[in-house]
Amino acid sequence: MAGGRTLPILVVVASIMAVWYVATVWLNTPWQLGVYEREGRAWTASDLVVDTMAQERPVLPAPHQVAIEIWQTTVEKKITSKRSLVFHAWITLSATLLGFLIGTALGIALAVAIVHNRATDRSVMPWVIASQTIPILAIAPMIIVVLNAVGLSGLLPKALISTYLSFFPVVVGMVKGLRAPEAIQLDLMRTYSASTAQVFWKLRWPNSMPYLFASMKVAVAISLVGAIVGELPTGAVAGLGARLLAGSYYGQTIQIWSALITAAALAAVLVSLVGLANTYVLRRMGARP
Amino acid sequence: MDIVMPNGLDPDPTPVIRARNLDLTFQTGDGPVRALSDVTLDIGKGDFVSFIGPSGCGKTTLLRVIADLEQPTGGSITVNGVSPEQARLKRAYGYVFQAAGLYPWRTIARNVALPLEIMGYSKAEQRDRVARTLDLVNLTGFENKFPWQLSGGMQQRASIARALAFDADILLMDEPFGALDEIVRDHLNEQLLQLWARTTKTIAFVTHSIPEAVYLSTKIVVMSPRPGRVTDVIDSTLPRERPLDIRETPEFLEIAHRVREGLRAGHSYEDV
Repeated sequence: MAGGRTLPILVVVASIMAVWYVATVWLNTPWQLGVYEREGRAWTASDLVVDTMAQERPVLPAPHQVAIEIWQTTVEKKITSKRSLVFHAWITLSATLLGFLIGTALGIALAVAIVHNRATDRSVMPWVIASQTIPILAIAPMIIVVLNAVGLSGLLPKALISTYLSFFPVVVGMVKGLRAPEAIQLDLMRTYSASTAQVFWKLRWPNSMPYLFASMKVAVAISLVGAIVGELPTGAVAGLGARLLAGSYYGQTIQIWSALITAAALAAVLVSLVGLANTYVLRRMGARP
Repeated sequence: MDIVMPNGLDPDPTPVIRARNLDLTFQTGDGPVRALSDVTLDIGKGDFVSFIGPSGCGKTTLLRVIADLEQPTGGSITVNGVSPEQARLKRAYGYVFQAAGLYPWRTIARNVALPLEIMGYSKAEQRDRVARTLDLVNLTGFENKFPWQLSGGMQQRASIARALAFDADILLMDEPFGALDEIVRDHLNEQLLQLWARTTKTIAFVTHSIPEAVYLSTKIVVMSPRPGRVTDVIDSTLPRERPLDIRETPEFLEIAHRVREGLRAGHSYEDV
């Protein structure tokens, strides 16, 4: 990696850490002072700093506490264990990926219908937009309950909540992408008397690839949010959402933060995987390197 | 037969393109705009016809009507003896647009193969034709390049190869060299004439350059705007064999003068 890029990144990370540590001391001090008072103990400033970073249920855990928790619940636990973060992350990831795949497929299918059919354009698009104005937290329990009633439980209901969120950017992006060919490119196809299917596969589809990948980046991140949200209202026993919920029941802030950080890292990995796929595909399609 | 005649002096009994009293009015937000008015025209087989006129004179619209990309609102037109739509469905013409419009995700060879794929040519036939047409426009060796790796002039040549690949008898060209610099343009004009001589195609060519029109054409159709109509049709007396320096001969200058007069006549009408 070029030194010119590493340094700024390190500086940013270091300053975030510094702010975090200062905030840790500041936010955890009131409770720590209470402890000292109850125990009638004399304390110094350095005691305070050390102790505020070593609380069991801090208001804000210190970065190293979160790091240690993540280490202990990933590397040091068997992944089959209910306390393993890898186990929980996998549960959430599988719902995310399934939801993302269904959402992308659905989004593309709707976009194709919208672009090729005026009636669909008029009738479906308003619903697509309306669907996203409903808070996902409100509709997620309904989806779970309804699907349970028809005998669907486990992975699929959660995945469908991911789908609910992730199909939207794909529809919007792909409608734009499939309509992106210039008039002259469409005229050219007309001079060849090309069929609608030929225009789609030889022009609209390849032309829409940059739009598809841009939408998929948003969709995959939002899928993860959907999967986590899907775990929250359902009393799920496993998954990052369940981990967050359990953490908040028992005031396990360190657990909450480690689940949050894991979710963020997962999102970053997913988005960059889509980014890599994007680069690979566009390179294959002869994009200027 | 197309080699013998001084083109157009002797009206071809079965013109490739035959327009009678063609009218086209666009309905726009600002009310109707008359793009073509009472255009009557014959283009014979093997003719190289240029449409010349200021912008807004309907020359591109006329070409698009021939190509069935616009529908006339009055009059009649036939292409190869049938309606433009039937001619289009029979793939009677290749169209070259103002911009090369190559697909950036296809190599040059695959861009030229695009119409062949659509028209269902076999793989072997596609390979043959791509190689042949790329040779025709002097682009052999660039098969596997992507469009962005080529200069503007080369891209436009590739787009001409694409229009030639399926061997339509008619080539419709809408200011194909308008965006190129003069040197490249001269070069491409010369190549286009050679190509025309070799393939005996009928070419309809839109331009707003007088020297280009005179240099290339066997017949020059002068048009004027508002509404777009034909003000003069000039049959060129230049020989079919035309080196670039023919442009300094008195004969050439005389035709150019007549074109300029025609254009001026159209313009004075507009000033009223």
